[in-house]
Amino acid sequence: MDLTLKIWRQAGPEAKGEMKTYPISGVEDDMSFLEMLDFLNEELIEKGVEPVVFDHDCREGICGMCSLFINGEAHGPGRKVTTCQLHMREFSSGDTIYIEPFRAKAFPVIKDLMVDRTSFDRIQRAGGYISVNTSGNTIDANSIPVPKHDADRAFDAATCIGCGACVATCKNSSAMLFVSAKVSQFSLLPQGQPEARDRVLSMVNQMDLEGFGNCTNTGACEVECPKGISLENIARMNRDYLFASLSSNK
Amino acid sequence: MALDSKIPAGPLADKWTTHKGEIPLVSPANKRLMDVIVVGTGLAGSSAAASLAEMGYNVKAVCFQDSPRRAHSIAAQGGINAAKNYQNDGDSVHRLFYDTIKGGDYRSREANVHRLAEVSRNIIDQCVAQGVPFARDYGGMLDNRSFGGVQVSRTFYAKGQTGQQLLLGAYSALNRQIAKGRVKMYARHEMQELVKVDGKARGIIAKNLVTGEFERHSAHAVLLCTGGYGNVFFLSTNAMGSNVTAAWKAHRKGAYVANPCFTQIHPTCIPVSGENQSKLTLMSESLRNDGRIWVPAKKEDAAAIRAGELHPTDLKEEDRDYYLERRYPAFGNLVPRDVASRAAKERCDEGYGVNKTGEAVYLDFAAAIMRFGREESHVKGLTNPSDAEIKALGEKVVEGKYGNLFQMYEKITASNPYKSPMMIYPAVHYTMGGLWVDYNLMTSIPGCFALGEANFSDHGANRLGASALMQGLADGYFVAPYTVGEFLSKDIRTGTIPTDTKEFEDAEMICRDRTDKFMSVNGTKSVDFFHKRLGKIMWNEVGMARNKEGLEQAIKDIQALREEFYSNVRVLGSAKGMNPELDKAGRVADFLELGELMAKDALERNESCGGHFREEYRSEEGEALRDDENFTFVSAWEYTGVPAEAKLHEENLVFDNVELKTRSYK
Repeated sequence: MDLTLKIWRQAGPEAKGEMKTYPISGVEDDMSFLEMLDFLNEELIEKGVEPVVFDHDCREGICGMCSLFINGEAHGPGRKVTTCQLHMREFSSGDTIYIEPFRAKAFPVIKDLMVDRTSFDRIQRAGGYISVNTSGNTIDANSIPVPKHDADRAFDAATCIGCGACVATCKNSSAMLFVSAKVSQFSLLPQGQPEARDRVLSMVNQMDLEGFGNCTNTGACEVECPKGISLENIARMNRDYLFASLSSNK
Repeated sequence: MALDSKIPAGPLADKWTTHKGEIPLVSPANKRLMDVIVVGTGLAGSSAAASLAEMGYNVKAVCFQDSPRRAHSIAAQGGINAAKNYQNDGDSVHRLFYDTIKGGDYRSREANVHRLAEVSRNIIDQCVAQGVPFARDYGGMLDNRSFGGVQVSRTFYAKGQTGQQLLLGAYSALNRQIAKGRVKMYARHEMQELVKVDGKARGIIAKNLVTGEFERHSAHAVLLCTGGYGNVFFLSTNAMGSNVTAAWKAHRKGAYVANPCFTQIHPTCIPVSGENQSKLTLMSESLRNDGRIWVPAKKEDAAAIRAGELHPTDLKEEDRDYYLERRYPAFGNLVPRDVASRAAKERCDEGYGVNKTGEAVYLDFAAAIMRFGREESHVKGLTNPSDAEIKALGEKVVEGKYGNLFQMYEKITASNPYKSPMMIYPAVHYTMGGLWVDYNLMTSIPGCFALGEANFSDHGANRLGASALMQGLADGYFVAPYTVGEFLSKDIRTGTIPTDTKEFEDAEMICRDRTDKFMSVNGTKSVDFFHKRLGKIMWNEVGMARNKEGLEQAIKDIQALREEFYSNVRVLGSAKGMNPELDKAGRVADFLELGELMAKDALERNESCGGHFREEYRSEEGEALRDDENFTFVSAWEYTGVPAEAKLHEENLVFDNVELKTRSYK
């Protein structure tokens, strides 16, 4: 198929970026979206044009490294897929495809379509863990039964891949879905209880410091999340936050 | 240097406990004065960095991805083995040890494997304490499943995302230490040289991939937790960035590479669809429990299917060749990975392959759907159900068991596996070979350690399912924190290692020169062009089946390709700032050397064992022929300048506790 690609090019973090147009032909249905970009880059290299820079790694939808805002949607058309799982058969010959980086104040552009998401790591460091040493001398794994229902919901929250689609999609650039997924995972498990109050206060505080916006319950994040992380997690986090704020000793 | 595996004396089951008790300790005050660098943040790296920081060492962790959470351990699907015997089905540490040794075709070290089986139980306790949400049963207890042909249920899992959950657990432990300032994290950094001072590993040169600058980092020990090298084949189930660079730089500085030809080719992957494909996707091994594998029995039918003139469902039973059931009636479709992969290749090489490339076989659920459907209709008490009703019921059952995999298959191939049989083909998945390490996980360079898939130690010539996660976490949480301490205990008077020395300067200069070289070739072909060609050579000659002529040719071809690469590669842009093409060039340059060593290793190992199959060494029925008399050893290769001229050191494998047997699945 023949396509017209409009791609955001930006030489570096401080440089001014712009949309550039690249016609491309010979794209096959079976190519993934990122393979289509590989294909474009091969052509660009041949022509002596610097290839387009984008983040990617596992190419099976689990590492969370790929991003891209495609035709105005995080990870492009289709639900519950990352960009690397999107295939060109979703497009038709003659289409124009707009490809931009994830845009948010807390995700500065590094180059072209690649952004810096270390703000997510800093939020995790603010409390996204259970304080247990790795001695191996903890109690036997089966000594605390966890109701299957709770374990399953904790798992569902824990499947967040940290890609940032929720932030890119949100009109407020809010990271609430991302933060609430980790808060919920531990909040649903007995192991997470001792630190639950400090955890939610600390992670939300860091989220605010990073410059993410607030949640106004639009729900676009849930729709665009490649892992289907539920909005219910935000409700749970709000409840935990309120509880912690009112009862904290700090 | 003589190879000393440093296996502790004493009975097998006591070795690790005794050894741990005898390792000298470093006082807390001294630990604060000692630096450790951990390269790679997968299961092995994250867990090691977190554990060493907790103990009190200053840790620097390095990963090339934008966050430590992205490492490719995250993609592991199936599960993690542990000898917990929660299912009360007769499992024990000894049984896990024995299964792993046998599965590895008797080419791994007894003492290491036994230690792995021992600490496997601690891993599960640790992960649950960290909040890893493993699957549970309705009583709230941890659930298990069986895996890869063993006779017990010892695999713990979190749906099809066990690797993700375990890695995020290790990442959380790492984050806790980063927050305390005990670990300094260097994401988007790549190790490009190992620095040796007085024969010991004392630091690295890391490239900041965002700015393009080289940084000097010194330490008293360096841990390489950098994963496997499957991407030497270009197409594999590895992540795009997975590479051998850190390990190869250590090799060039004196670390031996052990058994590099032991590669695991996984039988159930989605086949290659075209020339522009960048990676392959694994379909869980569990599918072979119910799917039947076949190709057309007649070549003309296969040709018609390839041309799109015939549909597989139109073929009658008698025109299908269920070749695994035919060749291995005892195990059928459930033969081990290496055997299943070779059998698929044999059929496709003979011209019976399906798919437009001719490199695919069918994995068919039609029989299972009807079988499940009939069961269901009995349960529901239906009298004389129609075939269509049975089929609908059966499809529901299959969806319940394998729904997510079927969906993933359909997403990638746009073909509905409920209606038309799946197409699968083997793909490179894991590398059992790696840096040679002693019992303490130290390479042949003092102070340089290798953990997880990056080392060679536990899986012999073939790895069992759900054992890679076990090994990564065992090495990182429970082995290295003790054994690295032993090395460091002799270093308490050393003080901080300065970086303004000749050794660091020289190492940095090597990095600068290499970068200049790539930037100045100004050739006509992209890095991927060379990587794909290397992959083709490796796949054809050093892949599932190898022979003397092919391997000798491969060595010549790789040498020629390497020469062409250095004279005709084109890397655009600047060395300053982010330049993924430049980084890729460095990685492919190392693959171009490793590939040659793999061919050399395969050429010298005149036997067939596990994932290494030499066509000259097989029985009359075409099965692998191991040669225990002459090859019960680890091949550890020393770098001499040209990979094909690497010097061989043999570490003899001694089996005091198991009897060497031929694996038979007939």
